[in-house]
Amino acid sequence: MEKKIRVLVAKPGLDGHDRGAKVVARALRDAGFEVIYTGLRQTPEQIAEAALQEDVNVVAMSILSGAHPHLFPKVVDLVRNKNGMKDVLIIGGGVIPEGDIPALKEAGIAEVFTPGTPTSDVVDFIKANVKA
Amino acid sequence: MDIAEELLQGNRLALSRAITAIENEYDEATEIMKKLYPHTGHAFVLGITGPPGAGKSTLTDRLARAYREQGKTVGIVAVDPTSPFTGGAILGDRIRMNGLTLDEGVFIRSMGTRGSLGGLSHKTADAVKAMDAFGKDVIFVETVGVGQSEVDIVKAADTTMVVLIPGMGDDIQAIKAGILEIGDLFCINKADHDGADKLVRELNMMLDLDSNMSDWRPPIQKVIASQGEGIEELIGYIEKHYAYIQGNGLLAERRTKRIRDEMLDILSSNIGRYIKGKIVDSGRLDGYVESIRKHETDPYTVVGDIMKEMLK
Repeated sequence: MEKKIRVLVAKPGLDGHDRGAKVVARALRDAGFEVIYTGLRQTPEQIAEAALQEDVNVVAMSILSGAHPHLFPKVVDLVRNKNGMKDVLIIGGGVIPEGDIPALKEAGIAEVFTPGTPTSDVVDFIKANVKA
Repeated sequence: MDIAEELLQGNRLALSRAITAIENEYDEATEIMKKLYPHTGHAFVLGITGPPGAGKSTLTDRLARAYREQGKTVGIVAVDPTSPFTGGAILGDRIRMNGLTLDEGVFIRSMGTRGSLGGLSHKTADAVKAMDAFGKDVIFVETVGVGQSEVDIVKAADTTMVVLIPGMGDDIQAIKAGILEIGDLFCINKADHDGADKLVRELNMMLDLDSNMSDWRPPIQKVIASQGEGIEELIGYIEKHYAYIQGNGLLAERRTKRIRDEMLDILSSNIGRYIKGKIVDSGRLDGYVESIRKHETDPYTVVGDIMKEMLK
């Protein structure tokens, strides 16, 4: 049986809509991935726990509100250290200023996708970098 | 780490990894299942099925909370459809269960059907066993949104609950074969919508026509899952049914049948793998096809020879 790439698409923080996350979720589905979607307003603890229970290969988060410098690294820490899931690929997207990206990568976000990114870029990045 | 050992000691990541191994049919999955098997058979398995949008996930969330209040630990396996075209899936049942995520007494796992057509995935039963061995008291199995004939849930569950909503057709729908035959109890969700009482009447009529003469008459409970209304009564019926099947030997009978079905499933899937390895992947199949095409032999002779070889 082939290994299925499982991706948790998560919305940390208090964003009011998840249009972008749904577009990405759909694109990942069409790429043949199993996408677990948890909906809006998740805490980092909830996202990390869902990643554990679902044994995902990828956590993909989106934030529009500007809370990414705090929330993205928090999720990385919980997934890596609390869950002990060292191989999970963690990526981010949404409204992220260019200047914030180096710090996020430093914190363990493998890649950051900003508005205008073709969804195929996200798919290709996952395929190239996932440890499944 | 030894996944099975860790799982039995209560490591949640090990439970998660075990289910992945089962689902992906990793080589170690059989060994894991062998070690877990002696620890299974304690959990009560409730199947929850019904059409898409009936509120199965919301209802599962409510039931899980109610069982948690009784101090019981809960496992949930939620199945959503895999695309037959791309192999991808959106598994969205957790959206209705976010309140349970941080409760350590609850473990939720989403599964795609991965080509299975009966409303579950082929590996759902083994995922349930892993949760059972982990020590969950109650395990809910939520099927994909079903149409009329996806009834595999009865093979996986001790008690099967069919969730319906008003407004989905007239009373002739209620006497058709399929999912309405498998309900040990019926739950009418969204009971504040028009037509709920009519649906109850039609279901009652359908149940009255049952020529089976069982001494269990499936109860019908109206609920509004999103508001928690009717949940307590529903649990009352679930427990009554569980006590009923425990008391009269039906539970033992169902579980015996499950073992039988499972054994045959494992046997035929192993035979399938043998054939794939020895006949298809080895290229022998192409050779046979070529000879049959040239009318040098025929499919029946070839299959007969393969069977003889296999059974040696």
